[in-house]
Amino acid sequence: MKKLSSSTSPPFWRDKRVIPILLQAIFALLVMLLGAFFFTNALGSLKQMGMSFGYDFLGKMASFDIGDKLIEFSSTDTYGKAFLVGILNTIKVALIGIILATILGFIIGISRLSNNWLAKTVATVYVEVFRNTPLLVQIFIWFYAVFLSFPSIEKSLNAFGLFYFSNRGTVIPWFELTPSSMIWFISLLVGLFLSYIVWKVRIIKQVETGQRKYPSFWALGSLVGWGVITWIFTLQSPLLLSVPVIAGRGFDGGYTIGPGFGALLVALVMYTASYIAEIVRGGILAVPKGQVEAAKALGLKSPTILRLVILPQAIRIIIPPLTNQYLNLIKNSSLAAAVAYPELVGVGITVLSQTGKSVEVISIVILVYLSMSLFTSLLMNIFNKYTQLVER
Amino acid sequence: MNREEFQQTQEAPYKPLTHTVSWLKKNLFSSWKNTLLTIVFGIISYLIVKNSIVWIFFSADWQVISANFRLLAVGQYPAAEVWRLWICLTLSSVLMGLSWGLWKGTVAHLTIAMVGMYTILGCLPFVMTETRIWLLVNVVVLVTAYVIGKNRPKLKKPLLIAWFLMFPVIVFLLSGFGVFNHVGTNLWGGFLLTLLISLVAIVFSFPLGLLLALGRRSKLPIVRWFSIGYIELIRGVPLITILFIAQLMLPLFMGHGIDINNVIRAMVGFTLFTAAYLAENIRGGLQSIPRGQFEAAESLGLNTAFKMTFIILPQALRAVIPAIVGLFIGIFKDTSLVAVVGLTDILGIGRNIISNPQFLGTQMEVFLFVALVFLIFCNMMSYASRRLEVALGVGKR
Repeated sequence: MKKLSSSTSPPFWRDKRVIPILLQAIFALLVMLLGAFFFTNALGSLKQMGMSFGYDFLGKMASFDIGDKLIEFSSTDTYGKAFLVGILNTIKVALIGIILATILGFIIGISRLSNNWLAKTVATVYVEVFRNTPLLVQIFIWFYAVFLSFPSIEKSLNAFGLFYFSNRGTVIPWFELTPSSMIWFISLLVGLFLSYIVWKVRIIKQVETGQRKYPSFWALGSLVGWGVITWIFTLQSPLLLSVPVIAGRGFDGGYTIGPGFGALLVALVMYTASYIAEIVRGGILAVPKGQVEAAKALGLKSPTILRLVILPQAIRIIIPPLTNQYLNLIKNSSLAAAVAYPELVGVGITVLSQTGKSVEVISIVILVYLSMSLFTSLLMNIFNKYTQLVER
Repeated sequence: MNREEFQQTQEAPYKPLTHTVSWLKKNLFSSWKNTLLTIVFGIISYLIVKNSIVWIFFSADWQVISANFRLLAVGQYPAAEVWRLWICLTLSSVLMGLSWGLWKGTVAHLTIAMVGMYTILGCLPFVMTETRIWLLVNVVVLVTAYVIGKNRPKLKKPLLIAWFLMFPVIVFLLSGFGVFNHVGTNLWGGFLLTLLISLVAIVFSFPLGLLLALGRRSKLPIVRWFSIGYIELIRGVPLITILFIAQLMLPLFMGHGIDINNVIRAMVGFTLFTAAYLAENIRGGLQSIPRGQFEAAESLGLNTAFKMTFIILPQALRAVIPAIVGLFIGIFKDTSLVAVVGLTDILGIGRNIISNPQFLGTQMEVFLFVALVFLIFCNMMSYASRRLEVALGVGKR
């Protein structure tokens, strides 16, 4: 009996408990061998080129200047700070891009479902054209053929005396802070809070009495009233409009958008908007027809149906793919390297060409992008939870 | 003209008129808001269309395209060896024509589009006579192959195999490998390079992506975590960084002695990049297969390899074909990024052309032409993908 059982138990290489462990061991060994091969090669090559591995170059002086920057930076600052400037520039273009692309995408997506034939056709053509051409080609068109093709500053085109277009940048009117800006800001917060209370009170009254109490008008009215009161106290407007004027070889006042940033932003927004439009269209189409019919039967007007019935349901379907598009936009902002806008990759390339630290620079870039992607996903997941259907 | 005809011609314009008016009323002027929308959109689109037409036909200088047409198409590929490219195109025309005859449907539409494209190209005023002849040959070959393939359903299997063999044949013909004069990959350029990089990425990323997708669903923790790590790492960073890694770090990793040129490096980068995305698509397909299929296969006594190859993968891949085509459209567009790392694909050539003082101020023409080429090809592929989705009935069963 004993002999029989021992003869039927399989040899260890066919044992179901051993095989997985064996397979994994082989796999791990292969991966490690490959890694070791790459590692020794890399070390050898670096040694041959007379370079060492290390991040101490971050503390050294960067001897280049950066044109577009959000914080102070000069050529005497360190490489580390140069990277920080690059990261901030990436965040800037990504944030503005995401906001504008979402707005444009929603408008186009809704237009694609419009009853109006012309609006529908224009939106469809837009989506087909912008989705089916590479982003980099679009960036090049905006950069070389539009922003760099504007006339020089002295002969710059101007619109209404407010906007100037030149090959050194586009200048738009911008706001300047006044001494009372801070007071206005605090006052705005208080005003918003007050008007919210007014709105809530009117809503409760409307529900109680069953008569229309116009909560939105009341809230708006109280906000305006509060603004008038603040004006009486400060006798100054919150912000001053600074209108650009040509001054010699540059512009005075206003806000200058460099050709690189302008081209990148416009292309990113228009490209991503075409994808968002399709997502929005899909989300709206996925809302059951009965919902719209029921809303119509209740006598709601079509903008109200869109706002109160369709969009809240569509948004649940829209958010996950929308998150993907935001992540794509952040990653695509790296194409700025092609139009000399100094964001993370652009700065990275400059640092790399100066120091030759390819492994280190690329590892920093990868880390930053990974953490930005993770952070965006986290935010969108929270928002997603918030809009999810609450079921029993 | 007899009476009947007269009546017809009299009545003909009348009917469509009311139809048009009611159509206009319903679709453009149904309410005052709609009318406003129509007017706004009308003015905008009128301005855009009018200015574009004026620019295209009167102020644009298309000389730059005709002068550089060869460069844009094949880059620095030696003129004496261009016949090899034509042979490649003709071979694929043979297969395409046969497929047109055998499968009809979407393939037919695509092939007809190709015939149209060749004809238009052949009629362009600036192309060389040699090009014209080759294009004419291709059109003839397409139609002949269609006629041959029309009534021979037996050819289906050999044809599929032939399509798979096309890739090595093309690579062989392009680079020569001792039989013909060697043409290094550094000379491949223009639209040829764009096509080749996307083709290589597609062909090589497929097995890699398949393995990664299976690895991610594997029960073995080390394999699974490795796959997850790889996929998420690649998907988390921009393509441009991967291209830079391939350009700068691949030579470091490979050690000296192994010399890989720019084009191959870019191809490696693209393959690694595509594989991660493809793995996620395939994983989606694997997840859509009901558990019962796995259990049924196991109860038949199939081991993992047989279960996957014969039961699970055929169903899973079929479910994600449209998604994969979509991915490949994206990759095709993304190949333009190699221009940033200094390769001369169609976009890189375009950038070189505008920096040539001889063609000063022609940026718009050059880049719009490049955009148009991509637009045509991407549109054709996305059309095919939409038709495929309907034909496969994905999501309908």
